Amino acid sequence: MQPKKERIKIGREKLQRIIEVCRSVEDRSLDPFLIDVDEVIGTVREYFPEWKIPEDLCLDAETIHRLASVIKLQSEWVKHRSTSLYTDPFLLEEKLRRIETEEMVETFLKAWHPIVELEQISLHSLAEAIRYWESLLPLKERWKGFPTAEVETSLATREELIRQRILRDKAFSEELENFWQELKNQVEMKGENGKIRYWDFVGAETYEETVQRAFMTSFLVTYGYATLEIHPLEEEIFIKPYGKPTTKVGKKQLVSIPIAVSAEDWMKWKRGELE
Amino acid sequence: MSKRKAYYASKIKRAIHLLFYRRHKKPGVKGWELRKALGSDYPKVLKILDDYLKALDLQVKTVFEEEKPVEKPTLEQLDKARFYITLRGELTPKEAKMIGWRIDDLAGLAMTIAHIISKKGKAPREEVEELLRDKLPGWKVGLNIDRYVRYGYLTQDENEQLYLDWRTRAEVDQKALIDLLLKTQA
Repeated sequence: MQPKKERIKIGREKLQRIIEVCRSVEDRSLDPFLIDVDEVIGTVREYFPEWKIPEDLCLDAETIHRLASVIKLQSEWVKHRSTSLYTDPFLLEEKLRRIETEEMVETFLKAWHPIVELEQISLHSLAEAIRYWESLLPLKERWKGFPTAEVETSLATREELIRQRILRDKAFSEELENFWQELKNQVEMKGENGKIRYWDFVGAETYEETVQRAFMTSFLVTYGYATLEIHPLEEEIFIKPYGKPTTKVGKKQLVSIPIAVSAEDWMKWKRGELE
Repeated sequence: MSKRKAYYASKIKRAIHLLFYRRHKKPGVKGWELRKALGSDYPKVLKILDDYLKALDLQVKTVFEEEKPVEKPTLEQLDKARFYITLRGELTPKEAKMIGWRIDDLAGLAMTIAHIISKKGKAPREEVEELLRDKLPGWKVGLNIDRYVRYGYLTQDENEQLYLDWRTRAEVDQKALIDLLLKTQA
């Protein structure tokens, strides 16, 4: 008996091959009956119990989807065969290969009824055009109505860019360093054992400011300026600054910790209810 | 002239102006445009015009949105259809030359259309090129197919598949072409 891993691998390859063949039948207008539908369904059914992960189930669904398209082509093929327009392509191809150019043209001319179309100016449209031209104002008069605003180019100052929110008033790294310093000061003043409650640090007078502080705190943790200590049972989160920034990338798998900073929590913290 | 006759005579004149002179990028007029210009009885006006054109070996050709011809079209189908004036009878090879077609180019077009019909309305360009290369010089084959596409006889998708386009549907009696080809002695 094949080991399970090997069987899954073979199953995947088989489904991928089926998808490829179905696709080429669709794209290159090959005979849709080249595909044995029963056999394909048999293969899909055989490997279906093996699929556990979403990718494999998607592959299975894709195979069924492709097969459905081929079945549609088969049905169209049958329909076409039953119409009066159907001719055996091989027979027709043979005729086309053998027919002489002159005979082909003569045959085509019996079935060709070209469109009659004229492109001609009439006296009426000419008179109309002249009337239009006479009433048309010269360009310099028409364009008077749309004065173009003159824009002078000059150097923008740093203050202007800050006002337009293109630049921040401090470089981000500088801002982060200051925020780290603030964390260290607060831990010294209000903290215990070198750490401070998360909400005691991020909480501020306004909700907007609180969100801004939570945002900066997330960068302190990501960039290795601080770490989070989570006590799930007590539902307590502490933030602990490092003495020196540490880089964790590559040493340990990083995890994301979502912390909700909702307006409701902020109100509770303000009222001293968030312990 | 009776009032009724005068009414239709003026409508027919207007219909001729609309149908003979090209108004858009493509020739022909949509049903709804005719309804707007001629009134809701435009199918009757076109029928009278078609009878009148018979003597001139011309006809009013209706091409429906659906690929197949419709036997008893509804007003909605007529509104969406496109109307053209086409030749009713046949051109002689000499006349075909006079309207700007070389005999080789016309034969190439006929081969291409017949081949695409036999392949259920879709064929790879490469396959058509190979078929034409049998009778046309290689350098001409690609140019000719591009020309057929430009004129609206064929259309090509991003996978280089060729399909029949609006002009073939308007000008070529596909069934007659296949029947005639199968009857040839070749």
